[in-house]
Amino acid sequence: MSVRRVTGIETEFGVTAPGDPAANPMLLSAQVVNAYAAPLGGKPGGTAVRARWDYEDEAPLRDARGFELERAAAHPSQLTDAPGRKGVGRTADFAETEDPTMANVILTNGARLYVDHAHPEYSTPEVTTPRDAVLWDRAGERVVLESVRRIGATPGLSPVNVYKNNTDGKGASYGTHENYLMDRATPFADIVRHLTPFFVSRQVFSGAGRVGIGQDSRRAGFQISQRADFFEVEVGLETTLKRPIINTRDEPHATAEKYRRLHVIIGDATMCEVATLLKVGTTSLVLAMVEAGALDGGPAGELSVAQPVAELHAVSHDPSLRHLVRLRDGRRMSAVQLQWAYLEAAAAFVAKEQGESPDPDTAEVLQRWESVLQRLERDPALCAREVDWVAKLRLLQGYRDRDGLEWDSARLQAIDLQWSDVRPEKGLYQRLAARGQVELLLDEAQIAAAVTQPPEDTRAYFRGQCLARYGSQVAAASWDSVIFDVAGRGALQRVPTLEPLRGTREHVGALLERCRTAEDLVAALTGT
Amino acid sequence: MPAHEQQRPHRREDEPEELETAPTAQTSTHDEDVDALLDEIDDVLETNSEEFVRGFVQKGGQ
Repeated sequence: MSVRRVTGIETEFGVTAPGDPAANPMLLSAQVVNAYAAPLGGKPGGTAVRARWDYEDEAPLRDARGFELERAAAHPSQLTDAPGRKGVGRTADFAETEDPTMANVILTNGARLYVDHAHPEYSTPEVTTPRDAVLWDRAGERVVLESVRRIGATPGLSPVNVYKNNTDGKGASYGTHENYLMDRATPFADIVRHLTPFFVSRQVFSGAGRVGIGQDSRRAGFQISQRADFFEVEVGLETTLKRPIINTRDEPHATAEKYRRLHVIIGDATMCEVATLLKVGTTSLVLAMVEAGALDGGPAGELSVAQPVAELHAVSHDPSLRHLVRLRDGRRMSAVQLQWAYLEAAAAFVAKEQGESPDPDTAEVLQRWESVLQRLERDPALCAREVDWVAKLRLLQGYRDRDGLEWDSARLQAIDLQWSDVRPEKGLYQRLAARGQVELLLDEAQIAAAVTQPPEDTRAYFRGQCLARYGSQVAAASWDSVIFDVAGRGALQRVPTLEPLRGTREHVGALLERCRTAEDLVAALTGT
Repeated sequence: MPAHEQQRPHRREDEPEELETAPTAQTSTHDEDVDALLDEIDDVLETNSEEFVRGFVQKGGQ
């Protein structure tokens, strides 16, 4: 048991056109997506191919607790399998239209870039390690940056800026979701029970920091998390209203009898690579313990927060980290102490499963988790090189000290927003990184390669390679399919990819090398 | 088992003398690095903060 698990991160970016304040955000988002799809003045198909998204297997209304919401009862924003279709059934044969909600590109790195709820969204390809999650997440920042550059260089288009954050500070929030493939046999109630205290406290290292308290920033101040104030219930299917700490969407994009995809909507978009590594790595370890029943009977397994939603907010609102969370058994513990309980359980679990020298990915997560908790407990400022909210607060506090600014100052709010601008010359995180003031896990060459190349150890390899090699003949694709339109066959040829750990380089690399054309590949796969 | 002992995470709270005076994140921000950083960031910050913040309006998402 380790941090190794099929994982992905989806990021909805903030988008603005400063020269055109009345611009429709849906159209701006479509511009970002389309700019990447069609290089200006260049040949199409270089980095992205206009294959359609295949909605065949999507089921956003299926609930992990075992029922399915009636479409008529669903909020229109929940009908993510039928964008622009007002919820009238589902079909895969729609034509390309000018509808901006349909803008969609499948990238040769296996990722998806599309418009989701008036935001450009980048979904990483499926990866298996926290480091790879960080890598393809950062690649997504470069993808949208490329779009920003192309739009800026197009005469007649108003420049568009893109932000990797989660709120406008005025009442709107947009998500950064993590997805973890899990064993279907694990009872959902166990997931809810163990993950709730973990998610209430995880923000101490995964929070991105925010100026303003309350959904619409009605009180001045600084808080740890971008997202915390937007969570209103403990468990639920919604993602756009009454957001739940544990989301129950049961849409595995894989063999449903074997797997569930845990859809985690509570996280912040993080710029710091170490913070993203810890967010994904610690969660993977907790899930491994839940699957194995390893928390049962231990101290971490007994943690139960009395009022999870209120405590989630209270932890976020206290950057001193001294707030004590009240448990159902009457105890009070700080968020960092809650995290210690999970870390100690994870360390014991890994030692039992893997012995003295665990695999390097797991060892790194355990070591960094411990190191960050130790320093958060001593003085949170000691984590300014690794944790977004601490690094952002250091900057904000510097301005407060130097210029005598109060928390309601527009300048501080501007710094909060500009922290996540994806442009290296404007983004404040990136200015810090350029000055060597944050710890980096990846080098530029790795990130540049991940913009075009897929991970080699999941089905994303097959998807990305098919687009790179046979792009003009890929009619559509999705997480669990690639559909070819090949000469000599009347119908489209759909290749299901329901096993996330098949379609790897090891599995299909030689086959793809042998098949010069999509016709060759389809013939080899179908045996005809 | 000794191996497990070695891997057991080491909590700060094992050292009680550290607990009483946990400073907040605000204490150690005033350093030379920050001063130089602010000078650089002054140059890249959006010139009209109020207009920039007011104009940053998003639709809700997931």
